[in-house]
Amino acid sequence: MTGFSSPGEVADALKSVDYLPDDRISQVVFLAERLDKPVLVEGPAGVGKTELAKALAQIHGRRLIRLQCYEGLDESKALYEWNYRKQLLRLQADEGADWAEVEDDIFSESFLLERPLLEALRSPEPVVLLIDEVDRVEIETEALLLEVLADFQASIPELGTVQAVTRPLVVLTSNNTRDLSDALKRRCLFLHIGYPEADREREILLTRVPELPEQLASQIAGVVRHIRDQPIRKAPSVSESIDWARTLLALGIEEVDEGVTTETLHVLLKYQADIDKVAAELGT
Amino acid sequence: MISVLTGFVSELRQVGIPVSMVEAIDAAAAVEHIPLADRTALRHGLAACLVKNAHHLEAFDAAFDVFFAHQPPLDEVTAEAPSEVGDGGGAGTGTGEADVEQIIAGLVGALSAPDYEALQALARQVVGSLAGIQPGRPVGGRYYLYRVLSRLGADALPARLMANHPGVEGLERTLLADEYRARLNRFEAMIEDEIRRRLVADRGREAVAKTTRRQLLEDVDLAHAPRAEIARMERIIQPLARKLAARLAHRRRHLRKGRLDIRRTVRHSLSTGGLLADPQFKAPRIAKPDIVLLCDISGSVATFAHFTMQFMYALSAQFSRVRAFAFVDGVDEVTGYFAPGVDFHDAIGRISREARVVDFDGHSDYGNVLERFAERYPDAITPRTTVIVTGDGRNNYRPARGEVLAHMAREARAVYWLNPEPVRFWDTGDSVMREYVPSCDGAFEVRTLRQLEVFVEELAMAAATHSTAVKV
Repeated sequence: MTGFSSPGEVADALKSVDYLPDDRISQVVFLAERLDKPVLVEGPAGVGKTELAKALAQIHGRRLIRLQCYEGLDESKALYEWNYRKQLLRLQADEGADWAEVEDDIFSESFLLERPLLEALRSPEPVVLLIDEVDRVEIETEALLLEVLADFQASIPELGTVQAVTRPLVVLTSNNTRDLSDALKRRCLFLHIGYPEADREREILLTRVPELPEQLASQIAGVVRHIRDQPIRKAPSVSESIDWARTLLALGIEEVDEGVTTETLHVLLKYQADIDKVAAELGT
Repeated sequence: MISVLTGFVSELRQVGIPVSMVEAIDAAAAVEHIPLADRTALRHGLAACLVKNAHHLEAFDAAFDVFFAHQPPLDEVTAEAPSEVGDGGGAGTGTGEADVEQIIAGLVGALSAPDYEALQALARQVVGSLAGIQPGRPVGGRYYLYRVLSRLGADALPARLMANHPGVEGLERTLLADEYRARLNRFEAMIEDEIRRRLVADRGREAVAKTTRRQLLEDVDLAHAPRAEIARMERIIQPLARKLAARLAHRRRHLRKGRLDIRRTVRHSLSTGGLLADPQFKAPRIAKPDIVLLCDISGSVATFAHFTMQFMYALSAQFSRVRAFAFVDGVDEVTGYFAPGVDFHDAIGRISREARVVDFDGHSDYGNVLERFAERYPDAITPRTTVIVTGDGRNNYRPARGEVLAHMAREARAVYWLNPEPVRFWDTGDSVMREYVPSCDGAFEVRTLRQLEVFVEELAMAAATHSTAVKV
């Protein structure tokens, strides 16, 4: 660890790579590094969960290893797999050799395919391991992660236990489509990232879209906050407000009013019913 | 510090937040790295260790505010003491109307700037002079908060603030109003904080924690939940419906392996020199779960109905084969109202206007409803259908017609009944649950989200055992 001495330093470092954290984010990241614990980041889509892991990799100058989760992810995709084809060829080439010898041979390093988790553990340089959308794997598959998360090690029957060479910094993200198991949550620090307050959103917009005029950024943040307060199905996220800012810039618009907002609502909202509702609300 | 932390953890457990031993130890370790004077840091740090569910954060914050309330600086305690002699009456608490007017003027200035330091000072001042805190009185902070706000005429403040911007119109005006509301909320939080600090100083942490405890959303009684809580539940119901969908889909996938795909296996073997090393399987055929919901929307279960409709709405977004029916003393299909993309509140509005759920007088009549349902929708129930009935089973002393439900149960894969009443009230008065329960595969008391979750688990398990029995 490069070792930050305070959450403030974490915040400054993150800002230097264009990620604007709030107090909670920098505090939890700071603690995670101090306590050597994985961080479970939860929140609606598009608030910068994955971005946080990327930013962390950047400030530490570490490589980012990403394990994208999906239904049906298993050990052979997440941890390791034996290269069967190569093993078979080896067996065919070695025909007539002593079995014990061959066995040792084909279950050795050169036949092992590293998958993200093992790669992170065995990396000689410390890395940032991002386990993305962990809520997508089945609850049984979560168990696979537990050993890695708690002890930074993995067991491979033929090779024994692989200890982490260097401690990876682990970030898990979840969209909360299902409850994660208690066992997994216990091993992590929990970080909820919600929609930012208007002031922070404005700063984020200015950082992400540098050519945006300040006045317009404030207006965008205000309108987005207003829309989030409406009872709609899918509230606009930060990524959508950034898209909207870019759209407005591209259209050469300098000031937001009802007309402009209504015409470009489809950038912010994904459901027609939501668009109709907000348009009607703004119209009055 | 450790003793405060232990007390805090046990308070969290009292509220219902599950905190394991390991997590408590983590918190203790975390505290070593946090400067204790920094309340914000402490709050975020402890939350990260102790709370693993975003919906519990609010209850956590309420408890945190009490346990780690600001300690008053010494000089201030003595300075303010005299002004706290409230007379306990509604109107005057030692501060005249002229003073109040002056405070409000200051407040408007600070809110317009915005000057948060001035607001902080004002919060202290108004709590000292307007709250009329009576030592030892076992009330939560809300009471005093309302008192302060009403003395300040907080309801009139937004209008007063907006009056300073006569030229601002349209969208800009809306946004400005939003901004003022956000600032006012922040000021309110400051007042609350200040009140809490004084309460804790007066009565001690544990006692105050008890009166300010925030119930977890999953434990709120659905039948008596206030509107605001119901709205917040929407956000929990969606994951729950998705969870149900995932459980059903996942079980199916796990329990039924597809058949061997010979063509693809041979093709794959080319890379291993003709050895069939990597068998390929066909994707299993997915049987779509088939759900029929029968939902009592009569007045006696209005709040609960609103909630079950939400669940229904969330479910229909997950499953293509959900048919929803609403009933009072008549029954009508409402599936169409929940089409994808339709707003929930619009759907509810249309159902209450258009669906023909009343045949007679608008009092629940389960017997008539079951009969009509069987008559009008004979095709709705097949051996693959799971029927879910929601309602209190209070039949206004009309014939229950339990045999109709029994017949449905024989046709369907399973019938479940969700009742918002506690089990001990079933079969009292005009409740006819005893007529229906024997026909059901399960009858559940569902008064809270937690209980709904238990039901979802049950349903997923049942679906699993069924899908092994029915081979395609």
